[in-house]
Amino acid sequence: MSQAQWTDLLLGGLWDTLYMTIPSTILAYLIGMPLGILFVITGRDHILPRPRLNSALGVVINFLRSIPFIILLAMLIPITRLVMGSGIGTRSLIFPLVISAFPYVARMVEGSLNEVDRGVIEAAQSMGSTTAQIIFKVMIPEAMPSLLNGAAIVTVTILGYTAMASAAGGGGLGAIAITKGLNLRRMDIMYAASIALVALVQLITITGNRYTRSIDHRKR
Amino acid sequence: MSDRPLIEIRDLSKVYSTPEGEVVALDHIDLNVHKGEIYGVIGMSGAGKSTLIRCINRLDTPNTGRILYHGQDILTMGKADLLQLRRKVSMIFQQFNLLMQRTVGENVRYPLEIAGVKRRQADERVIELLKIVGLEDRVNAYPAQLSGGQRQRVAIARALASDPEVLLSDEATSALDPMTTQAILSLLQDINRRLGITIILITHEMAVIRQICDRVTILDGGRIAEEGTVDEVFMHTKSEAGRRLFGAAPQDPQDEPAGPALRLVFDGSSVDRPVIATLVKEHGIMVNILSADMKQIGGKTYGQMLIRTPEDEGTKLAVLRFLKEENIPVKEVNIQ
Repeated sequence: MSQAQWTDLLLGGLWDTLYMTIPSTILAYLIGMPLGILFVITGRDHILPRPRLNSALGVVINFLRSIPFIILLAMLIPITRLVMGSGIGTRSLIFPLVISAFPYVARMVEGSLNEVDRGVIEAAQSMGSTTAQIIFKVMIPEAMPSLLNGAAIVTVTILGYTAMASAAGGGGLGAIAITKGLNLRRMDIMYAASIALVALVQLITITGNRYTRSIDHRKR
Repeated sequence: MSDRPLIEIRDLSKVYSTPEGEVVALDHIDLNVHKGEIYGVIGMSGAGKSTLIRCINRLDTPNTGRILYHGQDILTMGKADLLQLRRKVSMIFQQFNLLMQRTVGENVRYPLEIAGVKRRQADERVIELLKIVGLEDRVNAYPAQLSGGQRQRVAIARALASDPEVLLSDEATSALDPMTTQAILSLLQDINRRLGITIILITHEMAVIRQICDRVTILDGGRIAEEGTVDEVFMHTKSEAGRRLFGAAPQDPQDEPAGPALRLVFDGSSVDRPVIATLVKEHGIMVNILSADMKQIGGKTYGQMLIRTPEDEGTKLAVLRFLKEENIPVKEVNIQ
């Protein structure tokens, strides 16, 4: 393969990977973040205790979280077809990725928000804050370093899921490594695509960590 | 002005259900807090004092009873009224509870933000408030960069931002060293006097009560063991719980020789040094110790000592003057 062909292959794969990962992550947060917040604040002794809603949320989140992505992907094909117009292909994969990732996001958000010192929330209550003010002016800003760290982990996880995309006719670096590399005994393509994927994961992780540390004012 | 108390607590009870059974945190509490006073609530840990103070701004909900603020029952208030009440009844905490991702200035601005005060007006007020607590030069620092005492000062400035009538202090000096405690207590006293803010504070340290409170309630097992002005409660401790807190002997035991005596109270606020020895050595005054029951807690002396009143009036005055200089409360008693 010429250098131009390599570049086309890998850049195309990278584009497909990001095309699945970034919108999926954003959509997963749009659903998972409010769920995670709701799950935390409806907990016992929190700012909006709703025991029944809270346990219902817990059950749903845990159930969805425990289905392996590859199974969910297959199970969802009919619904994916309805929602995305096609059951397979790179673009269509965004739907199962979001369904699979939002409960995970909810759990990550829950973990981050629970790290916020209860005393601080109590102080905000004692000052006459509304529930919305506590969520948006206290809990989220105080948890921001942890939330961003979580977002980097979620992005990497979704990126990992996209590598299974070849199973549903999707593209991306993972699909290239399997279909054009492993299956065709082209080890050079397999390694090149895998290394590109690893580099991308490292880039996200390191950038995430650095940024998280730079905005955290707890230790100076 | 009516002489109705600012805060009236009536028959307040709170029971917690735990897996081990029911715990009575507050057991039919009645008390009044008047405008402008510094009211102390003291008790051992688990006495219910924290629950009591947290009921006053409804961070905790009692099972029965009433809490009247300006005559209005806060326990039946709707949500909007409760938020307004909380702006008038501020609170400071043992662990300061500052927003760690906000600067000092942003922390103090928080109550103004949630009340919808315009940004420029709020920023001016923040500087005023920080001046009150002496931290205007740290407006852009983060709480993590401050000492414990400075953090509590920021918390106090924040608590004052909403122009409160009442400041609730939940063990606000318990995480601070003795020097810093003194400074924070002076600040609270200053705020009480200059701004006329009523302060209700809870503590387990007698020295805190002695230093700034006008009146005190001793809580024991969720009940009021005794209540009164600080001097009354100190000098004529009636309750078992009070004597336990002051580390004092039972009052006037039978075997003490009758006659006039002086009762010295060591409340942990006086410097730990041999008072009687100093009296003898530096003033040449011999005193007859009738009884003493004192103990050292955390390097401070607590307890009581009874000495025979010197028969010579001049010597007696010298002893009294000396004890006053040493900052040791003394009471003349007559043992029957």
